[in-house]
Amino acid sequence: MAEIELKTAPADFRFPTTNQSRHCFTRYIEFHRCVAAKGEESSDCGKFAKYYRSLCPGEWIDKWNEQRENGTFPGPL
Amino acid sequence: MIVLECLFLTIAPCDAAEPWQLGSQDAATPMMQGIIDLHHDIFFFLILIFVFVSWILVRALWHFHYKKNPIPQRIVHGTTIEILWTIFPSIILMFIAIPSFALLYSMDEVVVDPAITIKAIGHQWYWTYEYSDYNSSDEQSLTFDSYTIPEDDPELGQSRLLEVDNRVVVPEKTHLRIIVTPADVPHSWAVPSLGVKCDAVPGRLNQTSISVQREGVYYGQCSEICGTNHAFMPIVVEAVPRKDYGSRVSNQLIPKTGGA
Repeated sequence: MAEIELKTAPADFRFPTTNQSRHCFTRYIEFHRCVAAKGEESSDCGKFAKYYRSLCPGEWIDKWNEQRENGTFPGPL
Repeated sequence: MIVLECLFLTIAPCDAAEPWQLGSQDAATPMMQGIIDLHHDIFFFLILIFVFVSWILVRALWHFHYKKNPIPQRIVHGTTIEILWTIFPSIILMFIAIPSFALLYSMDEVVVDPAITIKAIGHQWYWTYEYSDYNSSDEQSLTFDSYTIPEDDPELGQSRLLEVDNRVVVPEKTHLRIIVTPADVPHSWAVPSLGVKCDAVPGRLNQTSISVQREGVYYGQCSEICGTNHAFMPIVVEAVPRKDYGSRVSNQLIPKTGGA
């Protein structure tokens, strides 16, 4: 097995405290705003995608994806 | 015999609760080592104060017994002694506060970005771990449940109430970010050897950082009452050498993909 590179979402100085809920939420929103601005296939948005997937529990992501599809997502997309 | 005993102590570090244990489990992270050192610093002053207070108490009871000393003293002032017994405790408090604040503020320092994020999600009554750093889509690439081994099931040598079926595998000497959250009611992710206890609060992601300094298997238990099986959802962290981490994690990926 080749050495996997160990990388994850970096510590964000906007969220220095223990509560990282806003950090996860912000990364999710940043990704979708990036996609809205630059298009689905843009590689710039990949970074944000990796960050929110690292930080956010799968259940939260599934719930938010569903809310986005229904148009009920409570965030500034 | 003493040599044999010493050998035994060095090859069997205490990383799980032992019967009749008095002291802390052995530290495996700098944080826990700091906590143990602070405890030793404070304990020294504690013993000094305890001996002093006990001595004064015993002396007072012995020498001022009503039969031997029927007329009580009527001292109401003593400026010098009053100054002394204010200054000395302040100095002792300062000696205690300095290492305490040093440790407290060192916890918050972000020196290095974490290398791995592991999410610990508490359920009634088991933990789910997600390693999502390599997801290429919203589908979870590595997630698995960690149930306790029931009491009638353990193999010889396993600890009752502490073993789980799937352990949290982490590389040693690597900065880890652990995100703790529950799916239902409050829980708490605690591993004493690693000096970590992080509450899992519904609707909130709590972050704790650790860096395990030696290989080993570390045991902990859920630390927030969460229902009838609160005592039966332990946590087991296994620290492996960095070069083995990749193969260990990919072995878990193959049979357990998508398990949640």
